[in-house]
Amino acid sequence: MKKKILIGSLVAVALTGGIIFAADHIDAPAVTGANGTSTGADITDVYAFQSPADNSKMVFVMNVEGLMSPAVTSMASFPNNVMYEFNIDNNGDNVEDLVIQALVQNGKIRVYGPVAPATAGTSSTVRTNGPMTEATVTAYNASSPVTGSNTNGIKVFAGPRDDPFFFDLVRYKEIIGGTQTSFRNPGVDTFAGTNVMSIVVEVPKSMLGNASTINIWGETKSK
Amino acid sequence: MLGRKKLFSYLTLAMTVVVISSCDKKDNTTNDNFDTSGTYTIKDQMARPAVATVFIGASRKDEFNATTPSTMSAKFKADITDKLTAFGYTSNALGQSKDQFASLLATDVLNVKTNGTTTFFDGTNVLTGRKLDDDVIDDELLLIFGGPSGTSNPGLTKDNVNGNDKPFLTSFPYLASPW
Repeated sequence: MKKKILIGSLVAVALTGGIIFAADHIDAPAVTGANGTSTGADITDVYAFQSPADNSKMVFVMNVEGLMSPAVTSMASFPNNVMYEFNIDNNGDNVEDLVIQALVQNGKIRVYGPVAPATAGTSSTVRTNGPMTEATVTAYNASSPVTGSNTNGIKVFAGPRDDPFFFDLVRYKEIIGGTQTSFRNPGVDTFAGTNVMSIVVEVPKSMLGNASTINIWGETKSK
Repeated sequence: MLGRKKLFSYLTLAMTVVVISSCDKKDNTTNDNFDTSGTYTIKDQMARPAVATVFIGASRKDEFNATTPSTMSAKFKADITDKLTAFGYTSNALGQSKDQFASLLATDVLNVKTNGTTTFFDGTNVLTGRKLDDDVIDDELLLIFGGPSGTSNPGLTKDNVNGNDKPFLTSFPYLASPW
């Protein structure tokens, strides 16, 4: 009975809350493309983790343009009017003290920072007064990823990748739609076989301040 | 105004366009034609997976995506509380009341430990980062639907997809090659 009520409320939420997608795939109406497709400014997922290869470094990942088939991926590129920005708060007030800003132009990515932003908030100018790390954007058909590095230890990657996100989204939608009452076992990964455009930056932790916990979030900004 | 991409290709063709290029240099264009000028305005934003997706209604998604995390709670905590009520939420395996859980969710940042294990949840560490193989959907389903002991609504607390469809790399950039 309780479950029935719960499912009922799920349906109500679905009806009032619009179609529910995934981690954050196609979840920004302002940057959703034709026919509901994800664009190069639509963030699908953000990750932050200690480098598996070097525990003195932190890895930041921002993925955009979700649910791409291999054919679509082969023609995909990063827009040249979008800034990909990792925001880092290192004093616990959820306001960015440092930013890592990435721009993609002419087949190259340049990553500026970590560096203090000119001003915190929803508008940004490029901070060229800190470190800059460059890499060639990895092509779809590249045999191995092309990465860039800086003598200060920062590494940079930009290009198509398998979407690391996994979720039985189809079944979830059926539950929300009221035609199913529970997940299936085994589940089916809706994101299997799909790609994203990915920006990965690895940074020495010493460049992130002294806090034991930082708060981070990803933003896309355009001009 | 010529688009930068167009400008770049024209540069290789005509000297007259070089004049335009030198004009643009006033706006911070570097000497190798990488434009760092101008002001960029927010379009999308994300930290914890699925927060905007599940808890923010369609009519306020763009507003949420353009709100800085430090001001999110004042604007969106009530929406999140309402959704939790609709989900039948009472408490979760972290012992959070509805108000406490809504407060956590309403400031959409990833908390990341700078020393040691970084994971969304691994059975021991809670919200110390997000790594590629974290089963974040199961973690969130459990906290939303699992009740105080994590045993409520067993059909809704895990999706039974427990890993990615490709192995991750052991070296930078860690994400697997595209399909």
